Amino acid sequence: MPRASGAWGRRAGAGILVVATLILAACGSVASGRGTTASQNVTLRVFAAASLTGAFGRMGQVFEQEHPGVTVSFNFAGSQTLATQIDQGAPADVFASADAAQMSVAQNAGKVAGTPRIFVHNRLVVIYPKSNPAHITTLHDLAKPGLKLDLAASAVPVGQYSLVFLDKASADPAYGPNFKRQVLANVVSYEEDVKVVLAKVQLGEADAGIVYTSDVASLGSAVGQIAIPHALNSIASYPIATVNGSAHAALARAFVAMVLGAGGQQTLKQYGFIPASAGTSNASADTAATGLVALSPDRRNG
Amino acid sequence: MVKMATASEKHLRSEPQSRRAMPGTLLLALASVPFILFLALPLLALLSRATPAEVLSHVVGGPAAQAISLSASTTLITAVLTLIAGTPLAFLVARRRFRGRVVLDVLIDVPMVLPPAVAGIALLLAFGRAGMAGPALSHAGIDIAFTRVAVVMAQLFVASPFYVRTAISAFAQVDRDVEAAAAVDGASPLQVFRHITIPLTAPVLFGGLVMTWARALGEFGATIIFAGNFPGITQTMPLAIYMGFQLNLSIAVALSVVLLVLSFAVLLVVKGVLRQRLQVE
Repeated sequence: MPRASGAWGRRAGAGILVVATLILAACGSVASGRGTTASQNVTLRVFAAASLTGAFGRMGQVFEQEHPGVTVSFNFAGSQTLATQIDQGAPADVFASADAAQMSVAQNAGKVAGTPRIFVHNRLVVIYPKSNPAHITTLHDLAKPGLKLDLAASAVPVGQYSLVFLDKASADPAYGPNFKRQVLANVVSYEEDVKVVLAKVQLGEADAGIVYTSDVASLGSAVGQIAIPHALNSIASYPIATVNGSAHAALARAFVAMVLGAGGQQTLKQYGFIPASAGTSNASADTAATGLVALSPDRRNG
Repeated sequence: MVKMATASEKHLRSEPQSRRAMPGTLLLALASVPFILFLALPLLALLSRATPAEVLSHVVGGPAAQAISLSASTTLITAVLTLIAGTPLAFLVARRRFRGRVVLDVLIDVPMVLPPAVAGIALLLAFGRAGMAGPALSHAGIDIAFTRVAVVMAQLFVASPFYVRTAISAFAQVDRDVEAAAAVDGASPLQVFRHITIPLTAPVLFGGLVMTWARALGEFGATIIFAGNFPGITQTMPLAIYMGFQLNLSIAVALSVVLLVLSFAVLLVVKGVLRQRLQVE
């Protein structure tokens, strides 16, 4: 028995040595990974709002083609989740938020390098399942008692924008001061990001939901849409910035430049966003977007 | 699971403690320290982040209180339903030989290994309004998604196998001679079950039920997908913690502390009770 336990002891000791060696080796590879340059294999980590999933996925492919050896790894989630993760020290090189509030969270934590730039705009649209179980045809129907409305949580940018829309509608005599209260009484769930709202409406579990126009641009007639008039709609502005302490700051800036450049803006437009002008200031970008909004007429599909 | 633990404890107790085993024990303890630290440190970090006053201020009244009471009521219902529905199933699998028994056995295990998100999507596709059973349910005027019923169903699906699995092994390990003797003495099968089988297996069944309850209390993925997230209706503690993490870290920490303390206390009491009962036997 003592002999056996001695043998076990030696084996355990050897095991500990092996584990310790492995840990040291892993640390070594992490450390050497930090020193790599753009010419070697590097991973650029882009944290982007869930609504950007399609457009940024496409841009990531283009970026990888233009920068051999670079892999773009995306973390798509609600901007509030991303801001919290960055705040808690998650390794990010670029942060693209769906609103200024969540970008401020990262800025206040000292995680943003330079000034964030507005790179794109978005608008809200009401969607309903193809089968339209609640028979909704106008925005007024959102206040219909018993309707199952799915919204993003108020912590999520699109959830905030949805509340702004309801505030504006309640101030409009056509909808009446009780509109917001009646609509919110119909909410069955507050989701963690905009894509979950889209999924639950598409599945037919909810009667209606509020998402971005970009979310439904590529869906065709998979869901019905009710446009929200300009006067009531909230214009979402998306800021982008490189993250402080990024191990690949130059690459991160190159990615941001691509998003702001003509090619990036064209891709965003293809995915149903309202491009910000690649111009010099946020103000000019906002003006350009407002102009575009005024030009595009209300669409009503489904 | 519980049965296995108690068996190994008995085995350990039967070994005589000798002084010569001491160096081995010391080495084992030393080797265990990193893992013990790994397990304990996150829990300590959580506890150190919130003062008791802070936790109390969030727990009394407010949305956190809603989440706690919702979690308490739904997990209790889940535990009761598991006991009622799971016991006959466990007895069937443990005591009868029939075609497809192995498949049934695996079916009971599957929810334990599935990612909860898969369970949530599966439940939605089965019982959601547009799901497989949706038209029939709608016809009967039953709407499940986004309700408390959906919360309980998600917990039941994910957590009940922990009890059923434990009950199967408990029923399989009962000494059949004792049951046979009772039957010879004229006891009906139901009497045998009630007066022999249940008392013999009760501590283990209770342990399994507590595991189910604990798993239900922590259920997140299936719930947020199938039942949705609405404060006071479907937002259980894990959901409130997740949403709180994005909005207000102090609420998330307070709720996490409550969940941690509650789970720890219950498991401690249950292990104590089980140990006592088993020693009496």
